Amino acid sequence: MNEPQTRKGLLITLLVVAVALLGPWLAPHGPTDMVGPVYGAPTGAAWLGYDFLGHDVLSRLLSGGVSVLWMSVAAASLALAVGTTLGLLAGLSRRRLDQWITWSADVSLAFPDLILVLLIVSMLGRAPWLIVLTVSIAFIPGVIRLARASAVAVAGQEFVEAAQMMGYSRRRILFKEILPNILTPLLVHFGNLLTWGVGMLSGLSFLGYGVAPPTADWGLMINENQAGLLVQPWAVLAPAVLIGVFAYGTNILAEGIGRSSAGTGAKQP
Amino acid sequence: MSEPHCNTPRTPAWLSWFVGRLGYGLLTAWVISLVVFIATQALPSDPARVILGPDAPLDSILTLQHQLGLDQPIAWQYLRWLGSALRGDLGVSLDSNVPVSHLLWGRFGYTLVLLAGVIAVVVPTALALGVALALRRDSRLDRWGLSLLIFLKATPGFLLAIGLVLLFSMPHMDFLPAVSILDPDQSLLRQLRFLVLPVWALSLTALPYLTRMVRAAMIEALASDYVIAARLRGVPERRIVWRHTLPNALVPAIQGVALTLRTLIGGAVLAEVIFSYPGIGTALNAAIQMRDLPMVQAIVLVITLAVVLINLLADLLTVLLTPKLRTARRVTLIQRNRRGITPWWRRSRGDA
Repeated sequence: MNEPQTRKGLLITLLVVAVALLGPWLAPHGPTDMVGPVYGAPTGAAWLGYDFLGHDVLSRLLSGGVSVLWMSVAAASLALAVGTTLGLLAGLSRRRLDQWITWSADVSLAFPDLILVLLIVSMLGRAPWLIVLTVSIAFIPGVIRLARASAVAVAGQEFVEAAQMMGYSRRRILFKEILPNILTPLLVHFGNLLTWGVGMLSGLSFLGYGVAPPTADWGLMINENQAGLLVQPWAVLAPAVLIGVFAYGTNILAEGIGRSSAGTGAKQP
Repeated sequence: MSEPHCNTPRTPAWLSWFVGRLGYGLLTAWVISLVVFIATQALPSDPARVILGPDAPLDSILTLQHQLGLDQPIAWQYLRWLGSALRGDLGVSLDSNVPVSHLLWGRFGYTLVLLAGVIAVVVPTALALGVALALRRDSRLDRWGLSLLIFLKATPGFLLAIGLVLLFSMPHMDFLPAVSILDPDQSLLRQLRFLVLPVWALSLTALPYLTRMVRAAMIEALASDYVIAARLRGVPERRIVWRHTLPNALVPAIQGVALTLRTLIGGAVLAEVIFSYPGIGTALNAAIQMRDLPMVQAIVLVITLAVVLINLLADLLTVLLTPKLRTARRVTLIQRNRRGITPWWRRSRGDA
């Protein structure tokens, strides 16, 4: 928390989260109310103008953050939990299981993230939980690799051997001795996952495979209003800026945590 | 300073490693074909139902199932699909009734040109920028450069692309086309200006990772013993940077380029859709929207196999460019999975 970058990242992230969570109450109109001219320019009554169907852009903006937010947080958390468990298991288990887990992670890394998600979503439909699940599946191999590598590095150190000599159970050593020591790289990775998740989910909505149309969603708003980019750029710019700012905030947060831990670790000459 | 001389046999030492690596790549390719097949044809969702929509009458669904061979046992379907794919026959597009391979070749070429352009822009830029930032470490330039790179890294790629479209579709900015409507009768070389913005957008997304990698590798190399030794011997700084440290910083960059290409292929789908560039990404998007199953299968298969091939080439290059790995009898350094880590409780108890 001492690192100024971490505080800055946390501030930006919390700001966007506040906009997304409090927005639906602050919105002057309903997200699907048609209240103005199609692609109407900004006026005193509608600061950001109107979109392709005459919705108030500001209202849609304030209501449309929740879906991207909860889906990216859910996907990143799920990927982190499952990936860490599998990675720890792989790093500290017998050869066969380790090889199997590492190899499956390697194979799934051959699928470019977005292609894998597109493939599954196009075949199985676009229920939100399904999208969260597929995005997290796309993220899991990376987490496995990271957790395994960090766990292997920690497992050789003296305090682990000491704990093991004192006769602690394997589970206790795994979760009480090793997990706390690999928490920092995992936390940094969680920040990166959030950044990628926001990018991927909004990209998915932008392509038209995310949240179904009448609902307000930042990625979907970009998709819907792209045709009017020149007439009413705010309908595209405003959600784009919010997506970008949220991704930027989570990323700075991750960078800050990474840097402060690297600083404490590398102080000795 | 000569390496321990081993009498070189007729076959190079890395060949046995390469054969193993090739087998590993083929195995991966086979598993990928299995995954693609399962995701498209064997999951509980019925492809005929997906293609025709939820309201289609039962008759036409049964007809289509028969037409696609979906009424046969699933293992037989897979073998038939794999067999024809191996012969280069990827099926017939349901949307246009043209063999998929005909449709894909041109598209694939366009995407390859796009990616080649990105690599041609990104690699020299990342090298120059990374070295420059490493040499001026912690200066104002370094701090500003890193902040800019973090900004580029954090911004989702398709937002950067939309930003470029917005910028270049403004009045008085019409010297670069914001949408790539290529004339298929002319060669791409005459229409290079359509490539500029897509290449630019993708390069911006790929640049941060590679630049930071080169910068970190250079900083590490500049602090190493051989650089200090060279400095003490009075070797000019310029020579140290370009002849001694940069080649050592290049090898990790190869794996970095391979990784970048993997993320670029995903990003290319979005960028191609935004710029209407007629590559494999727009084809995939169209195929998914048209529910053109053979097309989707073929495109995903081709893309993932390309990634496997890229990884194989990157590993080969790494081995060939690293003397220690090239001459080693058993290459263990980048062999990711053969070597299980002996668990610590077995190791310390001595029963391993």
